[in-house]
Amino acid sequence: MRPVVRLAGIGKSYTTGTEALRGVDLDIAQGEFLSLVGPSGCGKSTILRLIAGLGEPTVGSIDWPTTTVDASGRPERSLGFVFQEPTLMPWATVAANVALPLTLKRQPRSAVRPLVLDALAMVGLADFADAYPRALSGGMKMRVSIARALVTRPRVLLMDEPFAALDEITRLKLNDDLLALWRDLGFTAVFVTHSVYESVYLSTRVVVMAPRPGRITADLTIAGPEVRDDVFRTSPTYNEECRRVSAALKEAMAA
Amino acid sequence: MTLSRDTVTAILAPLLVAVLLIGGWEVAVTVWRINPFILPPPSAIWRALGTDFDLLASSLGLTLAVTVSAFALAAVGGALLAILFVSARWVELALLPYAIVLQVTPVVAIAPLLIIWVKDPFTAMLVLAWIVAFFPVVSNATLGLRSTDHNLLNLFQLYGASRWQQLWLLRIPNALPYYLAGLKISGGLSLIGAVVAEFVAGSGGVASGLAYRILEAGYRLQIPRMFAALFLISSAGIVIYLLLSLISHLMLRRWHESAVAREN
Ligand SMILES: Nc1ncnc2c1ncn2[C@@H]1O[C@H](COP(=O)(O)OP(=O)(O)OP(=O)(O)O)[C@@H](O)[C@H]1O
Ligand SMILES: [Mg+2]
Repeated sequence: MRPVVRLAGIGKSYTTGTEALRGVDLDIAQGEFLSLVGPSGCGKSTILRLIAGLGEPTVGSIDWPTTTVDASGRPERSLGFVFQEPTLMPWATVAANVALPLTLKRQPRSAVRPLVLDALAMVGLADFADAYPRALSGGMKMRVSIARALVTRPRVLLMDEPFAALDEITRLKLNDDLLALWRDLGFTAVFVTHSVYESVYLSTRVVVMAPRPGRITADLTIAGPEVRDDVFRTSPTYNEECRRVSAALKEAMAA
Repeated sequence: MTLSRDTVTAILAPLLVAVLLIGGWEVAVTVWRINPFILPPPSAIWRALGTDFDLLASSLGLTLAVTVSAFALAAVGGALLAILFVSARWVELALLPYAIVLQVTPVVAIAPLLIIWVKDPFTAMLVLAWIVAFFPVVSNATLGLRSTDHNLLNLFQLYGASRWQQLWLLRIPNALPYYLAGLKISGGLSLIGAVVAEFVAGSGGVASGLAYRILEAGYRLQIPRMFAALFLISSAGIVIYLLLSLISHLMLRRWHESAVAREN
């Protein structure tokens, strides 16, 4: 099957001289939950930004083989992006924040409202449409950010350490809710995290990276049940997969 | 509406200070028999305010007309200039040095020239007051337009926002608190600019704003009237500040940290 996104021979150097990525080949398959793990500075955020089209690779190509190109010849990238911070507009209500991708595409108001309420319901915030972001907790803000990314029903959802700033309890809950959304909506997820445990719990596949220059050192398929829950978290399979990813990460850091 | 304790204190405390100061002033002038040509008692100033009311009120009208026009031009012009600055870097590079030159040159030093160049005294005073008032608006608005969250900008780029959308939906709302803070400074400066301009223009005998009344009363040794005019200028300044604070509060109270009611 053709991948949704194909990175071929990607290298990226910033103008500061930092070589953030070298020789990265990565095929992202339709519907998989892919996690990128690796030490700080190994280029995880850079990969996400390149996939999103925020910046061009220095060498190599990024293709969307299964998508058509738009009028200007660029691939029609259907994606959502969730940053580490919620990145909401404080002057706009929750509904207006979630509506942003549609507003920017000049969709008529009447069409936007039901989509926004739908997206808010998906993340369990249907009652907060008219609240302002400052009235929400950190976890709720993150949910708004996810709703905004999903409101266009993207094929690919890119997430850059979205839960890193949250407490353990909130993070576990959001992990489960994210998995449920992934199963229901069928998007392809690319998830950056520092946590081996989080990556194993969520993913069907974990890609391990090493720094200086950023490169891929391991590509592991995670064995796990279709539906993941506390039973999986305490299973021997989970332990074994965590051990495998940890070992690969240790190797990457020594490399 | 119930007034919170803070609000009551904010009103009563300055009022108490005013009563103490004015009372002390009155008593001191009487007890030490201070020459009223040097320091008239508050009661005399109050009387002057009453007897010269019509004259002073029309002067106040002129001063306020200059102030408000200069402020309006600074508010609109400053915002437009700031938008121009962030839209085209070369415009900022080209114009900013001159904006700074205008800002750092003392307005009293340019005033005589401008009064000669610009025939109409009202226009001359307006330009002078505007020169004083516009810089804080430009620099604050520019800062606000520039200090937009990096990731929000990325998000706008990701969803293919046009430059216009980026400006209108992101940069301008983000700049609003900065802009309003600039307006608060500029409101007071407009009044100062108007008064300074009048002092210069007034010595040529063409204007009759409050500053001119102060000069005139000084020549005629009508010291209470001088104080009465001064009192009106200060009051106007306070009212301008309060009005701008109110507007700013109303515009920001739903989302900005400076204006929302804290509950923790
Ligand atoms: N805009 C930039 N300009 C210059 N250098 C950059 C820029 N962004 C990233 N870098 C450099 O590129 C390298 C990779 O950065 P990147 O942010 O992709 O790492 P990361 O894996 O996401 O790290 P972290 O886990 O800390 O978020 C780092 O050495 C960083 O200093
Ligand atoms: Mg990062």
